[in-house]
Amino acid sequence: MTPLDHQSLNYTPLSYGQLFMKVMNRDLKVAIHNKGDILNPLIFLVIVITLFPLGIGPETNLLTRIAPGIIWVAALLSALLSLERLFKNDFIDGSLEQMLLSPQPLFIMVLAKITAHWLLTGLPILIIAPLLGLMLHMEPLAYPALMITLAIGTPVLSLIGAIGVALTVGLKKGGVLLSLLILPLYIPLLIFATGAIEAASLGMPYGSHLAIISALLIGAITLSPFAVSSALRVSTN
Amino acid sequence: MPTSLLRAHQLTCIRENRILFDELDFDVNAGDLIQIEGANGTGKTSLLRILAGLSLPYEGDVLYGQSSITACRDEYYQDLTFIGHLAGVKGELSALQNLSFSLSIQGDRTDNIDQAIDNVDLTGFENANAAHLSAGQNRRIALARLWQSTSKIWILDEPFTAIDKSGVAALEQLFIDHTAQGGAIIFTSHQELLIANQQVIHINLEDNS
Repeated sequence: MTPLDHQSLNYTPLSYGQLFMKVMNRDLKVAIHNKGDILNPLIFLVIVITLFPLGIGPETNLLTRIAPGIIWVAALLSALLSLERLFKNDFIDGSLEQMLLSPQPLFIMVLAKITAHWLLTGLPILIIAPLLGLMLHMEPLAYPALMITLAIGTPVLSLIGAIGVALTVGLKKGGVLLSLLILPLYIPLLIFATGAIEAASLGMPYGSHLAIISALLIGAITLSPFAVSSALRVSTN
Repeated sequence: MPTSLLRAHQLTCIRENRILFDELDFDVNAGDLIQIEGANGTGKTSLLRILAGLSLPYEGDVLYGQSSITACRDEYYQDLTFIGHLAGVKGELSALQNLSFSLSIQGDRTDNIDQAIDNVDLTGFENANAAHLSAGQNRRIALARLWQSTSKIWILDEPFTAIDKSGVAALEQLFIDHTAQGGAIIFTSHQELLIANQQVIHINLEDNS
């Protein structure tokens, strides 16, 4: 350690930004040690999407038509696969308890954890999405819409999913319950995201779809951290 | 008249249709060292979790100052250090990273971390991943927070588990120092303390149910 580390004398509360960065960095550091956890959902996504052309047959017209739906459904399921990790390990080793007992605002820590989760699961989907579109012969006009819907839609997956994880974290086998709780809430997002991509591939405007997805995102960012905080207090009771 | 830091008011806890304790009343004053006693399954951990606000009592209230702890969480948690059964230590991070993270989110002193590491005899291990350390050493990472704590009230669930003799002695000395400075400690332990008995207030849950 450098002498500088010793100079932060006495207690001053962290600013929201510092707290956010501290929690997010810690989650990212922990995740780097568990590479399988990051790669698993991504590999799942790629495998599902590779299997579709094999199962349906290489009929390009059909694949072009169903590509948006397949990519979004696969993204949704892979998010579900990775969600449980969000609070489970922290619950098992007791660090969640310590977060609940912190004098710092819990919703900031929750938001930081969700952001870390998105960076590890949503962002990689976004990066490989063009490749997946190519594999499914997606209409070239639809690529921008695919990228935009994934960019504003995948954070919604993490944010809404976190509520379900927080509610089921205390249960031994919460996996099935988690899907039952969360999947219905994902349906509006799925409808508008695939709707936007379809409209784009026909050369029609899709701004209204994006507006609704953005509204979902903003609603989720503002409300979900508070819902998650309360849910965590209930499920560790 | 000693000042009351924390007050348990008519606490009742029911688990699995069994009354663990019923209308439990006690005050935690500055300078108190309180040992919660009772056989396994008598509700020691449940009581500590209720006092920390992690669980809700079936009936009754825990008061910090004049208000219930659920109404003033931020102030109460600034004044509380809780170390439970689980160490809250991430195996993927080093001892130093674990300690500095938990100190900063708990609002404790983050200066002199080296000294805290030294106090729990982890010098030389501070950069090793916690997963590679022993159970006792993981426990020590969590306990190192006590040396940096700025809070008055300490709630410790079995703090001596997996700690060796010299570690226990160091902890007991810390307990004496903390209570002498006006802090209060509530803890559970199956071990007899070496601290002279008259200093310790005993609350036995078996008498109460």
